[in-house]
Amino acid sequence: MGDFDFAIIYNNIPFLFEGMKTTLLLTVAAVIGGIVIGTVLAIIRIANVPILAWIAAAYVNFFRSLPLILVIFWLYFLVPLVLGRPVGAFSSVLIAFVLFEAAYYSEIIRAGIASVSSGQVAAARAIGMTYTQCMRFIVLPQAFKAMIPVLLTQAIILFQDTSLVYVVGLKDFLVSAELIANRDQKLIEMFMFVAVVYFTICFAGSLLSSHLQRKLST
Amino acid sequence: MQYNWDWGILFRDPYIWWLVDGLKWTLMIAMCAWVLAFVLGSALGIMRTSINPYLRLIGTTYVEIFRNIPLLVQLFLWYFVFPELLPEEAGRWVKREMPLPGFTTTVWALGLYTASRVCEQVRSGIDAIGIGQRNAGRAIGLSEAKVYIHVLLPNAYRIIIAPLTSEFLTIFKNSSLALTIGVIELTSMTRQIEEYTFQGFEAFTAATIIYSLVTFTVMGFMLHLEKRLHVPGRIVVEK
Amino acid sequence: MKKFILTTAISAIAAIGFTGAAFAGAGDSPTLQKIAERGYVSIGHRETSVPFSYIGDAEEPIGYSIDLCHNIVDAIKAELGNDNLTVKYVPVTGQTRIPLIANGSIDLECGSTTNNLTRQKQVSYLSTTFITGTKIASKVGSGITEIEDLAGKVLGVSAGTTNEKALKAAIAANNLDVKVVTLKDHSQGWLALDTDRIDAYGSDDVLLYGLISKSADTSAYQVTGRFLSFDPYAIMVPRNDSTFERLGRIVMSDLMRSGEMENIYNKWFSPGPTKINMPLSNRLRGAFDTQAYPH
Repeated sequence: MGDFDFAIIYNNIPFLFEGMKTTLLLTVAAVIGGIVIGTVLAIIRIANVPILAWIAAAYVNFFRSLPLILVIFWLYFLVPLVLGRPVGAFSSVLIAFVLFEAAYYSEIIRAGIASVSSGQVAAARAIGMTYTQCMRFIVLPQAFKAMIPVLLTQAIILFQDTSLVYVVGLKDFLVSAELIANRDQKLIEMFMFVAVVYFTICFAGSLLSSHLQRKLST
Repeated sequence: MQYNWDWGILFRDPYIWWLVDGLKWTLMIAMCAWVLAFVLGSALGIMRTSINPYLRLIGTTYVEIFRNIPLLVQLFLWYFVFPELLPEEAGRWVKREMPLPGFTTTVWALGLYTASRVCEQVRSGIDAIGIGQRNAGRAIGLSEAKVYIHVLLPNAYRIIIAPLTSEFLTIFKNSSLALTIGVIELTSMTRQIEEYTFQGFEAFTAATIIYSLVTFTVMGFMLHLEKRLHVPGRIVVEK
Repeated sequence: MKKFILTTAISAIAAIGFTGAAFAGAGDSPTLQKIAERGYVSIGHRETSVPFSYIGDAEEPIGYSIDLCHNIVDAIKAELGNDNLTVKYVPVTGQTRIPLIANGSIDLECGSTTNNLTRQKQVSYLSTTFITGTKIASKVGSGITEIEDLAGKVLGVSAGTTNEKALKAAIAANNLDVKVVTLKDHSQGWLALDTDRIDAYGSDDVLLYGLISKSADTSAYQVTGRFLSFDPYAIMVPRNDSTFERLGRIVMSDLMRSGEMENIYNKWFSPGPTKINMPLSNRLRGAFDTQAYPH
């Protein structure tokens, strides 16, 4: 380990930073998209809308039964076919992540909504609120507050999962590091560095998540 | 649209055998890695709930390291970096002589990673049993090891059947990462069919159906098992 | 009455002539009609298929296949009588070329695509422009020439390629004791050769030459042995459009007959701008000759 070459990392910081920007952008966009669609799916299932609830449940179970890599390949193939024009790898991958993560987020959100006591819903309806108002002002704010630690944990998982864009060669943090590793024959340095960076970010995130968990439970 | 459908391709020689072969490797990776993850994860779960603070520290450190690095990065570390850090002879053996290098590396990487998740499930199962049974076991003169073997673990496993099932299914799905180091498992095989025949739609559909079928079969079976092994007196939490 | 019929006939002929002018030369080809309507030819190109189709220093796609496609574009301009046709470049990968040609996003795929009979159910191909096949690369001084020299050694191949199938078949046919390791792609394969994970790496000869030209020490590696598979490359076009296909074939035949094909080949391969050095083989010269169909 004596000949560990720190210069290779230092010299390539700007290039690696570009990759990290792609990783973070993908994470943030997929988290937002996943939560939005996930919430819709969860509400449809909880409100028990006929047929739609069944479709939502089928969607969730279907996506949860597939490997993310397969979903990435599918969308990479399907998005240009459906749109009738070429789209970059980033758009295809983002759509894949949103569709895939929505299934997982919807389960988290469903559990969060279920944790708000049904007495509150009954009370809200009794004072004349519509179902939508009740969801919007009473249930969802409480549910999301309670869910923050779990949503954060899922975001960390998603952040780690974005490394799988490797299979379509999108230049994220890992692919950027791999390019340097192959070009300059510095595999040990680059992959160790990648591991340390991911670990630091994810570990900090999980500490924050458990801190929030403790704060909310007191 | 000029796409020429040909669903028959999936049932023709050699492509149908490619699918069968891909599924075989996927299942083999999943099952071997699961054995490793289950054994190691249980051991770590015991350590994390142990009364010995050093064992607890080892367990916690392991879990934090393995769950905070993306699985793909771990796989690359094992495949590319690990052999280079070994003494020359051993590194050469891992790189050249080791049978089925891609397969073996994936099983280890996936097993060690999933062990950290299994550990957390086992720990939560043991925690859920409560301190009462542990104390009762000690009170009737069982050693700590015996308390785990005869009292805590059998109950914990029965409580966590559902989460353990989903961990197994996660391993099954994660086995697709093996394609990044050249193992031709199910996902890789469908890519290969697409590459040879240009019938990507059919190939990906086949993989989708196979993954879903295996997942739902395992889930159905485990649900049945869970009902039979349900610990009396515990409230079943509706999943 | 006779006069009426005559007038009708004349106006009918005029009408046909007029429609013909609107789609000058597009005929019954859906691809040509589409090109005429939108005013550009959409060329699918690869980004790293050196030297066939890749992004050059000017950030524009260049390469052997791209040059050939420009000749086809000129013929399309002449056919449609429209000199203002432009070219739109669409980047494709091994996985997106099929959906993009199937839904009409690209009119020509100018990359490094192997023509095989199974794929012809999905797309059509123009004339063979390049012939490659499976060979093996090893370090100079390793004493490896043919696949037989690999007995007791380790051979790497890129997973899921025709090369993998060809090499495994050759090993089985000769009853050799060779350990075959599958790698994810060429860069992993080259890395494995470099770090002594494998003694030799098997792939299309042109790709092996390309990998050597990119390595730090180009004299440290060699490509050796006989061809173990046959992979003809061709430009890919949408299926079910024989008029468009014929137009492309005419261009190719003319290039091959006039010797211009050889000039374009030499520009990119002998030696090309990417340091790759593959003089025109007798086999490919023969293919050019036999595909130079007369008018």
